[in-house]
Amino acid sequence: MTSPDLSAPATEGETPLLSVRGLARHYPVRLPGGLFGRPGLLKAVDGIDFDLARGETLGLVGESGCGKSTTAKLALGLIPPSAGEIRFDGAPAPAPARQDAAWRARRRRMQMVYQDPLGALDRRLGILDQIAEPFAIHAPATPRGEARERAAALMDAVGLRPDMAARFPHELSGGQRQRVVIARALALEPDLLVCDEPVSALDVSIQAQVLNLLDDLRARTGFASLFISHDLKVVRQMADRVAVMYLGRIVEEGPPETLFRAPLHPYAQALVAAVPVPGRRRARTALRGDPPNPVDAPPGCPFHPRCPVAIARCATERPPLLRDAGRAVACHLAPASPAPASPTPASPPHAAVSAAA
Amino acid sequence: MSAIPDPTSEPTSPASGSVFTAKAGARAFFEAWPPMVLIALAWIALCLVVVAFAPQIAPYDFLALDLRARLIPPVGMGGDWAHPLGTDELGRDVLSRLIQSVRVSMVIAFLSTLIAATLGVSLGFLAAWFRGRVEQAILMLIDAQAAMPFMIIALAALAFLGNSLTLFTILLGFHGWERIARISRGLAIAAQEQGYAAAVRDLGASPWRIYFRHILPNIASTLIVSMSLNFPEVILLESGLSFLGLGVQPPLTSLGNMVGYGRDYIQSAPWIMLAPAAAIVITTLAISVIGDWLRDRFDPTLR
Repeated sequence: MTSPDLSAPATEGETPLLSVRGLARHYPVRLPGGLFGRPGLLKAVDGIDFDLARGETLGLVGESGCGKSTTAKLALGLIPPSAGEIRFDGAPAPAPARQDAAWRARRRRMQMVYQDPLGALDRRLGILDQIAEPFAIHAPATPRGEARERAAALMDAVGLRPDMAARFPHELSGGQRQRVVIARALALEPDLLVCDEPVSALDVSIQAQVLNLLDDLRARTGFASLFISHDLKVVRQMADRVAVMYLGRIVEEGPPETLFRAPLHPYAQALVAAVPVPGRRRARTALRGDPPNPVDAPPGCPFHPRCPVAIARCATERPPLLRDAGRAVACHLAPASPAPASPTPASPPHAAVSAAA
Repeated sequence: MSAIPDPTSEPTSPASGSVFTAKAGARAFFEAWPPMVLIALAWIALCLVVVAFAPQIAPYDFLALDLRARLIPPVGMGGDWAHPLGTDELGRDVLSRLIQSVRVSMVIAFLSTLIAATLGVSLGFLAAWFRGRVEQAILMLIDAQAAMPFMIIALAALAFLGNSLTLFTILLGFHGWERIARISRGLAIAAQEQGYAAAVRDLGASPWRIYFRHILPNIASTLIVSMSLNFPEVILLESGLSFLGLGVQPPLTSLGNMVGYGRDYIQSAPWIMLAPAAAIVITTLAISVIGDWLRDRFDPTLR
């Protein structure tokens, strides 16, 4: 295996920056029943494939507990996968079990923005020191003064005033804290930035600022990003491509505009229909029931117990994720070619969706 | 009071304002520096001065005998200012001996606590980092240490290995490490699951950096309280062992050593042991008070 820096062709589109095949993460759990509970297997992520090109943003949406954050941690190599393969820049990722020097060196090229910025910052260190920390970790030869200068430049780039340099995280607002986290993540100009719900802890006016900041920085430095959110509006604004996850699997994938205008998978349709639109006064489709227990996933299509249009085949046969012209969907009932999909989400091809009571 | 600034009321407003701020200033000062803490700090500062300059401060050599001036009572019990705290059965000046004792006891207690803290924190972090077998082994060591009374261990070690000041200090350094190890292991395990430690690990930091630059400062407040409990215990242990004749050996003196040799004269010349006993009580109390106060000061979110 050659060094990843030399082996990967720099040409865009040849080797994807991040390539994930059959990725799964299962947790052994004990089912309720105390000592006599039988052991089960929680399939947090159950066999997903995706590619991420350089400079591309892939949005990952889905409801709570569908495996979005686990996918992020797997992609970053923070937790070991149960099955499947992750290739970063053409080379297999170092095993996260040992967290050895190779694994630590890899951190330099992939960074993460967390959902809870206060939790992700050390409350006993000034923010300038924290932003300068990646230099101390990955470029210890950098003189202290230069590291602080570069950290100050990063503070400026993310819109923090220089006089905040000595402040502690708890002395900043939520949006400012998230800016600190972003500055620290971008300090070493990583190739991949994983944003795990970066704005869901912020209020709406701050959300827009942080999203614009991320977009600006992406345009400037060109990092690829895996953008995880449960908020479709946010993903629509940020992502070049969107993957909808349900119960540890990708059920639909495509460009955000077409996916959100004409979703093919019934679950994606329900998600899109749930987005409030000002002025819209019509019945919303609502999903029945709760998401099934991932320990005890239903056979066949995992969505079939809640699916309004399920047929007998859905309960027995799991639909594969079929790719066609930039879109992909895992549904037996999806039209063979996604192109002539109906233009509005109000009347999808199989819209016998139960109306909200 | 009024929204419209009135030029005539201007001279009064700064005056009333200054009264208000002066009051608040004094209160704020005593909130940040409670009187008890100030007294404790003053006592410890005095002890540190004594530790640094004992030979210069002491009015007499602590070994100098003066058989003509034996068992002279201190000032206030019929003595004079030539020997403010009186003299002992050999005519040695109690104040000079007390100064030397404070020096010896403080240095031993400080070095021993430092050894215990270093040992405890290192083993605790090792256990937290490696988990598995290493952790089991360290926990077994901790339990073994906690199950045995330290006094017995100390007596056995001193009996077998003989006695020297260095050995005695190192031996006392094994007192209390198991508590610090247990606390730092628990806190480090809790901390490494928290966001900040995980985030630094995700940045690619080495375990050394994660534990000593991030986790240690974050759990330092608890460790400092634990150390401030350990420090007086070491002073008391040193005093106890010296009282039994196994600690600091004459002609050198320490607080416990003075109390131990003064007990023969407790009825006729109680000042010989009262002075070092009082020094032990006040010093241990002062350190506990300061440790508690430091815990609050070290937490930037409480400032």
